[in-house]
Amino acid sequence: MSLRNIQKVRSIWSLNFNPTYLITFTKLSKYIALSGWEVDTKLSIILILTDGIVFYNQTTTMKKLITVVIWVFCGGFIFAQESPDTKNDTTKLDEITLVGRRKLSNYRQEKTLSSIDDYLEKSSKITMIKRGNYAWEPAMNNMNSERLSVTIDGMQIFGACTDKMDPITSYVDVSNLQKVSIGSGQSGSENGHTIGGGIDLQLSNSKFHQSGLKTSIDLGYETNGNYKTGGLDLEYSGNKFYLHADGIYRKSDNYDAGNSQEVLYSQFQKYNISLQSGYKLNDHHTFEAAVIYDKATDVGYPALTMDVSLAEALITSVTHKFENDSTLIQSLESKLYFNTITHVMDDSKRPDVPIRMDMPGWSDTYGFYSKATTNINKHAFEVNLNGFYNRSLAEMTMYPNDPNQSAMFMYTWPDIRTLYSGIYAKDTYAIKDDMSLSAALRIGFHQNEIAKETGLESLQIFYPEIGATKNRMLTSFTTNYQVKKEHYDVSLGAGYGERAASVSEGYGFFLFNSFDNYDYIGNPTLNNEKAIEANFKANYHENRFHLGLETSYFYIIDYIIGSVDNSLSPMTIGASGVKMYEALSHAKIFNVYLNSSYKFSNSFSLNGTVGYNYGSGSNNENLPLIKPFSYLAEVNYSKPKFNAALQLQGNGNQTRYSGFYGEDETPAYAILNLNLGNEFNLNANKFVLKYGIENILDTNYSTYADWNNIPRQGRNFYINMSYIIY
Amino acid sequence: MKLKYIIPILFIALFTVSCSSDDDSDTIINEVENLKKIQELTNATHTVELFNTSGKFETGYNAISIRIKDNGTNNYVENASLSWMPVMQMPTMKHSSPKSDILKSLGKKTLYEGFIIYQMANLDGSGWSLKVDYTIDGINYSVDSDIIVMQSEYQNVTSFMGADDTRYLIAMIEPQTPKIAINKLKLGLFKMETMMSFPVVEDYKITLDPRMPGMGNHSSPNNTDLTYNLANKMYEGNLSLTMTGYWVLNLKLLNTLDEVLKGENVTEEHPKSSLYLELEF
Repeated sequence: MSLRNIQKVRSIWSLNFNPTYLITFTKLSKYIALSGWEVDTKLSIILILTDGIVFYNQTTTMKKLITVVIWVFCGGFIFAQESPDTKNDTTKLDEITLVGRRKLSNYRQEKTLSSIDDYLEKSSKITMIKRGNYAWEPAMNNMNSERLSVTIDGMQIFGACTDKMDPITSYVDVSNLQKVSIGSGQSGSENGHTIGGGIDLQLSNSKFHQSGLKTSIDLGYETNGNYKTGGLDLEYSGNKFYLHADGIYRKSDNYDAGNSQEVLYSQFQKYNISLQSGYKLNDHHTFEAAVIYDKATDVGYPALTMDVSLAEALITSVTHKFENDSTLIQSLESKLYFNTITHVMDDSKRPDVPIRMDMPGWSDTYGFYSKATTNINKHAFEVNLNGFYNRSLAEMTMYPNDPNQSAMFMYTWPDIRTLYSGIYAKDTYAIKDDMSLSAALRIGFHQNEIAKETGLESLQIFYPEIGATKNRMLTSFTTNYQVKKEHYDVSLGAGYGERAASVSEGYGFFLFNSFDNYDYIGNPTLNNEKAIEANFKANYHENRFHLGLETSYFYIIDYIIGSVDNSLSPMTIGASGVKMYEALSHAKIFNVYLNSSYKFSNSFSLNGTVGYNYGSGSNNENLPLIKPFSYLAEVNYSKPKFNAALQLQGNGNQTRYSGFYGEDETPAYAILNLNLGNEFNLNANKFVLKYGIENILDTNYSTYADWNNIPRQGRNFYINMSYIIY
Repeated sequence: MKLKYIIPILFIALFTVSCSSDDDSDTIINEVENLKKIQELTNATHTVELFNTSGKFETGYNAISIRIKDNGTNNYVENASLSWMPVMQMPTMKHSSPKSDILKSLGKKTLYEGFIIYQMANLDGSGWSLKVDYTIDGINYSVDSDIIVMQSEYQNVTSFMGADDTRYLIAMIEPQTPKIAINKLKLGLFKMETMMSFPVVEDYKITLDPRMPGMGNHSSPNNTDLTYNLANKMYEGNLSLTMTGYWVLNLKLLNTLDEVLKGENVTEEHPKSSLYLELEF
């Protein structure tokens, strides 16, 4: 082990800490450095984290001490635990699993060609905020983008739109993915700091099946909006090499809300191409590369004043995987990635605007992660070291109605560079076969820099004292206890997490929010937002009956939200005023879901879920975008080659709406859906058919999550066909 | 075996290296090289060369650099003392304009500098003449010539009658290149004492309210009213410009007793003060 290498690792951490952190990180970095070499030594490492209520102590003697082996002692109590990776039904879970399109038929009644947005919406944990028929924004635990960590296969990627018109879920398609991993609250902090939770869109695993070439063709049509989808999927899988290529194309006209009311500017068109390839060097080493290119054009946003003429993403990565059961590190996966997004807002299709404008935005991210897992006795360790560097730039040009005046220009995201490096460590300890304890910690260094002089100077108009850079330390910690018995399982968890302000919250410059009709100015002086979280989950099964309860509570300190500054004059014509991002001293968010199912027979079942959510701030105002009382009831009939489901889904009246933050009361609604599926074998090939009716009664409705109350789709007949050639 | 250790380290190294910041080094700008010649005024012995950054006179504030060439030797005179008098010939009368004294440029051997604020111009640029009197080694010389002064696109100077029946003149001196930031705003305030005399008015106050008429009269925060700076004899304050484009600087002029001499507050009904300057960038 050389000192130079220690220095190299340490340099990541040596930026700008207060002394207590410095001790922590010096030790930590030493630890990491040691991990890279075989050392026959006795190590005693104490990690003290004053802010995080965490006390680590480890004393262990080992022949080969390789990776970061952290035994977590907390108040003399050993935390640790299992790896709970159960694939559940999407209505109840922590994890939605996208089993390839071909297998969906025997899984759950869905469209084979539904978008990721549709998929995510099927999870009770996730609500999609809609500004149109495309690029919905996921929200979990009543928190959206800024408070979530959304990653693609562990890769950080950030939307390039200042108005959140391009959540990153819009840049991948189902055809790219294997599954979506959802972690509520701090359990979602593996890939980044979060308050509400983490969503990781996972690309397909290595496929060295030796199954040769497989082709599948998908076609879909929906009557509402004349929505056409086509997909082609080619997969070659050999012994040492695989190649997976797929493309998907989607095009929809304006959709109709209930009672045939056309929703103008709700059209979209997009295609997505992906190429994944892997080469197996030997039994232990694999190299993989993936490229995804996604391009949407002519996307309408009926809830907003502008549409999108281009949303384009290029997502690339190379990965090295090591697997060996006989070494101490059983798996080590390292990835180097780059992605770039271009997003162009445009209002040229709108006949009537107070002023014409262009708002392009760019976001480039470079990053890496390296994660290792190992099992020692009853401990399962997982360490993830990651870092990224992001550049976010957005500008606005307005063309005055008086042609003699020259165009007006500003940087709405003044070239913000974000540098993050952090480490995540998790220990899962199986106390008994049916009992486990886990603890996870993430610490990281986060830096924002305003790279453009103009950007700094423009923000100094509002904050004359600020400098170009801002450094933060972020910590999150979570622990979870699980018991699984024959008839019941219980999980109890607690956590603490911090997040930095997002680029818009920290540095946005006159970002118009059509939801509350205010211009927003970022605040570079915001403190970290901090959350203390408790969650509880219990399930009871008895023969054919199942009952589950899931609840979580968040106490958020320094909750970041816009606050009206009456002294400021809005930039957007017609805006009500200007809001500056400020922090409420605290906010509380609570949710509870109760679900139950009963199987009448092997093929016939009934299930239902009801949910209640609550959110309020220290100013005694309700928080915006809190889901009202919601329910879902479903009758399922499922045979190996046929399935059918009738679904009733609705929300109660939104009585606790947030008038203070620009919300109005959304009335109750209920809709009825029917889904059917068939599967046929034609020679060696397979044919899958999915069809059904959504919103059978053609209800005209909107939900609390619909931006400016734009109505949702009315009655829709759909049919999806997949043909798989082996 | 080794590979699995090397790759993460490689990533870290790559990452740390790739994030180094790049700094720009300042380049030294030679002021003379960036100037353009406006006009030459010639007499029997000397050529007086007038320069500024644009190479032409326009209404408003004009910073002018001057060089005197000895026609006999073609050398530039280094020890002259100069004064000047711009004159506008109108059909029935003539008048001058506010101007500074001419001083030797700091750190320059052959350059002298000063400013003239032309408050008006004919469409074809005619009407103005400039007389330069200078002394070299105790001998007085003079040169006088018509000059061309064009109308600026935007109102950067305004002449008005105050409530005290005095004619005043306000001109924008800085920012010459406005930016999206808090700009240092410098205005010159002069009183028309006679047709030929425009002394600086001291210790008044000028209030500032910048607006964008193209954006629903959008305003900006953290502007400050202008106060008199004895050192440079100008009125100084902060001007916040939140975006590029066309801005109207609505002003009010207050005397030492805080009585309003000209200008009004901007309201919904009254979107523009009668005392204003314009800029676009």
